[in-house]
Amino acid sequence: MGEPGPGLRTGGDVRTVLSVEDLRIRFGGLIVLDGVSFQVRSGEILGIIGPNGAGKTTLFNILSGIYRPTGGRVLLEGEPVGGRTMHAIARRGVGRTFQNVRLFGNMSVLENVMVGRHGRTRAGFVHALFRVGGVRREERSILEASRKELEFVGLDELAFLPAAGLPFGKQRLLEIARTLASEPTVLLLDEPAAGLNPRETEGLSRTIREIRERGITVLLVEHDMELVMSISDRVMVLQNGRTLCEGTPRQVQDDPEVVAAYLGEGF
Amino acid sequence: MDPLGTRSRPLRERLPLPLFAALAAVLPLLLSNEYYITVLIFMGINVLLVVGLNLLMGYTGQISLGHAAFFACGAYGSGILNVRLGWSPWVCMPVSLLFTGVLAYLIGKPILKLKGNYLAMATLGFGLIVEHMAVEWGDLTGGPSGLSGVERLTVGDWRFYTPGIRYAYLVWAGVFLCIVLAQNLVGSRIGRALRAIHGSEVAAGTLGVDTARLKLQVFVLSAVLASLGGALYVHYLGFIAPASCGFVYSIHLVTMVVVGGMATIWGSVVGACILTLLPQVLTFLEDYDILVYGVILILMMLFMPEGVVRGVLAAFRHAGAKVSGLGGAGPRAADGG
Repeated sequence: MGEPGPGLRTGGDVRTVLSVEDLRIRFGGLIVLDGVSFQVRSGEILGIIGPNGAGKTTLFNILSGIYRPTGGRVLLEGEPVGGRTMHAIARRGVGRTFQNVRLFGNMSVLENVMVGRHGRTRAGFVHALFRVGGVRREERSILEASRKELEFVGLDELAFLPAAGLPFGKQRLLEIARTLASEPTVLLLDEPAAGLNPRETEGLSRTIREIRERGITVLLVEHDMELVMSISDRVMVLQNGRTLCEGTPRQVQDDPEVVAAYLGEGF
Repeated sequence: MDPLGTRSRPLRERLPLPLFAALAAVLPLLLSNEYYITVLIFMGINVLLVVGLNLLMGYTGQISLGHAAFFACGAYGSGILNVRLGWSPWVCMPVSLLFTGVLAYLIGKPILKLKGNYLAMATLGFGLIVEHMAVEWGDLTGGPSGLSGVERLTVGDWRFYTPGIRYAYLVWAGVFLCIVLAQNLVGSRIGRALRAIHGSEVAAGTLGVDTARLKLQVFVLSAVLASLGGALYVHYLGFIAPASCGFVYSIHLVTMVVVGGMATIWGSVVGACILTLLPQVLTFLEDYDILVYGVILILMMLFMPEGVVRGVLAAFRHAGAKVSGLGGAGPRAADGG
């Protein structure tokens, strides 16, 4: 329980947080993931790149429980979670953002983050109706934790604005804050830099590093190569539902197959 | 300044409830005519249904075009138990509420997997089935002409129904309780989760919201509120007919939610009251009343698409801003509920 404190990890910690084994999924006759395996260590930033249609978002959709895999296993801290419901997986510690930001546009900035606390709080339907069973106390804790996350991404001044009214870059940050409020151990960021200007992307890069400093493991799907290569500890290249190559940013950039398939000139 | 709400709730949010309680306490005393009292009772019953439907529709974004069926379950359920088995209304009412709750659970479990228009169709179908059962199952329901001779509420020799003012107080006390509970719900983590489901079901799920369970819970709650309305109705009039709990009534309820405003409890109170009163007021137009009623609805939707309460408040704010020469009245993020 409790706050994820910054800087608690030491270099010696190489615990495997997430382990994906031979993951497969098909939609009708279309095979989208065809046996993907990888492991992610605690506190690592793993960049996932690949051409459009490689299966990156599908991979995230399986990891967060939106899709059920056709085959293979997902182990979160050693326990299989593949095929569980979304909310169960979220409560186990997988958080995510979406390529096309999915905020609750009908709610305020602060309320969006407060929803992030849902899986970490308990007052049930009947408790809420009658305001019994520590509802008020819990509400205060929700508010406090949400405020912290808003401060973390620098949106605390905009707390009471409708979420839908934020500029796009801030919407992306809000979505991250909302997910952080759910205390993920693994955070899946789906193209967080898409639609951001260079200055915003730089801020995002800082934010992602700070998230890692809190001990959260980050999986990053991104097309902005500069961002991926600069902050990832390791990079995995997906192509046609398979792992093409995996290694440090340096290794990946030097891999002739990758260069041929994806990166092209200039890398 | 602490912008993040460690302060207590603003007056604007705390004021309506005591104001409402005072109004509900005084108004019946001012109405001399028994007919007005009856209208007041029907208003209260409609508020119960509309608040419940708004929790489902306005907050959670799940449409029901068959809500009159749950009203029917309460009215017929309680009425039939009373007439056919001779049970006391005080027993019939809770039994019918319980029955409706269980039924809503069983119906809701499969159909709440449907989204948008498909859910609307499924609830519509359910409403039609119940309506037809009320008409066709004559031995039980009294058929098209309705179920009559339902016992009205008494405590010993003390009659709850005459003069009607007693019943008005009973109903509006129920309404008051319903509003308090609904406000509690809406202002809680559950309420936020409901609105999150409305905003994006997938995003809510990935944040740990058990969307299927919450949708079912709010569906059952709104069904039970509707059946409470039905039970109060039947034990006031002593009579229920299929015509008063069919498809037309379902649509009427949805209209009340929309006119009052989606996702606002007070909006539902106002919406239900206005649309219960309007046809009564328009009766002097005789044959043209439906026509005028329709035109008023269209005008309200054109000029206040966000609902009467928000529309009027916004108009006041606008006028106030003009007078004082200041800008807008700040963010309207907190105007839900």
